[in-house]
Amino acid sequence: MAADLPLSCRVAERRRETGDTWTLRLEPADGRPPPFAPGQFAMLYVFGAGEVPISISAIPDGALVHTVRAVGPTTRALCDTAEGAGLGLRGPFGRGWPLERAEDHDVVVVAGGLGLAPLRPVIHALVARRERFGRVALLYGGRSPSELLFRDELETWRAAIDVELTVDAPEPGWDGEVGVVTRLIRRADLDPARTIAMACGPEVMMRFAAMALRERGVSATDIWLSLERSMKCATGHCGHCQLGPLFVCRDGPVVSHDAVERLMAVPEL
Amino acid sequence: MQSLEALLGEASALRSLPAAHRATMVGCARLRVFEAGAMLLTESGPAEEFFLIRRGRVAIETAVPARGAMTLETLGDGELVGWSWLVPPYRSAFGARAVDVAHVIAFDGACLRDKCESDPALGYDLLKVVATTFVRRLEDTRMRLLDLYAGVPGGG
Repeated sequence: MAADLPLSCRVAERRRETGDTWTLRLEPADGRPPPFAPGQFAMLYVFGAGEVPISISAIPDGALVHTVRAVGPTTRALCDTAEGAGLGLRGPFGRGWPLERAEDHDVVVVAGGLGLAPLRPVIHALVARRERFGRVALLYGGRSPSELLFRDELETWRAAIDVELTVDAPEPGWDGEVGVVTRLIRRADLDPARTIAMACGPEVMMRFAAMALRERGVSATDIWLSLERSMKCATGHCGHCQLGPLFVCRDGPVVSHDAVERLMAVPEL
Repeated sequence: MQSLEALLGEASALRSLPAAHRATMVGCARLRVFEAGAMLLTESGPAEEFFLIRRGRVAIETAVPARGAMTLETLGDGELVGWSWLVPPYRSAFGARAVDVAHVIAFDGACLRDKCESDPALGYDLLKVVATTFVRRLEDTRMRLLDLYAGVPGGG
């Protein structure tokens, strides 16, 4: 694991997803990407700008893919990095999604906004090994149709899993659902006793998603969330990402709802 | 073909009601089908009915000058459409339009209000059902007001 020193990577491909969100395909200079699992994250280092935690959004052979939204100076520099230019990468860090545990279960994937990016490798795995899982549904909510990520792939995934989309603000031509993603949970055809849910998005959305799943009868131990905190060292030392007794970089970012339900209700955290 | 009473019993929104209440409600209910684009409720129009969606999608919408009908949210299988039937002056604040062919159970508002007045237990239990819908829609609306998916200024 490249935990201390950044691994030198080249931006092999840069693709615009939405107005402010880009997907970067990174290839390590030594040709050997570190072994990432879905849900883990890397610290991406833009030389001269800074380092930020970014989840893995696909794990193709020989490369690592990250989807980044430009929300500050470092992420903006990351999004602006040209194809062929170099970046530093540390990782993998953190605990990923419970894919093995989900085998032989129904799986509900709940994503909000950019939260689809950390869940994309999960969907790739679910689709690739479809026979190992029961019913699989992706419930994805976005701000508007033009801000939904991976539009081409969403249509491809429909061949293997249920894909339900909803937006907060429809645009002309949108004839899909309008409303929050938690509404899709209330309507979903799920068997709570055999369902494992994985959710990622803004924390308020995840809190309400977990509530809706609990109301449907899904156990707190079967609801998994990916928390976002200000990771700095990524190795569980600096405390920037502390959530009560948890260091999100080390004990998360993926955690079960029963482990964080009370912590998420504490405003000071 | 299932009876209306059986259909009401299958609806998650009404499952909490005692069977006797559902049997009473049947007297005010009928099956209806709305073709895609048809209006279940007209904005500012009389709220004579409310609906339980069996199959299909319904858009809650409002007309905005120079922009036309704007969809505020969409509702689907098992959800209730309309609560203005319960509150004077019994006029719909928003329109409700079938997005796809919508198979619904339509309830006569005045008929049900009369039954609730004469049977307060039915009225209270039905109000709890409607209040649950209120609360969830309010939660959803508040969450949307937060504009959670907007970029977070001051990020890294």
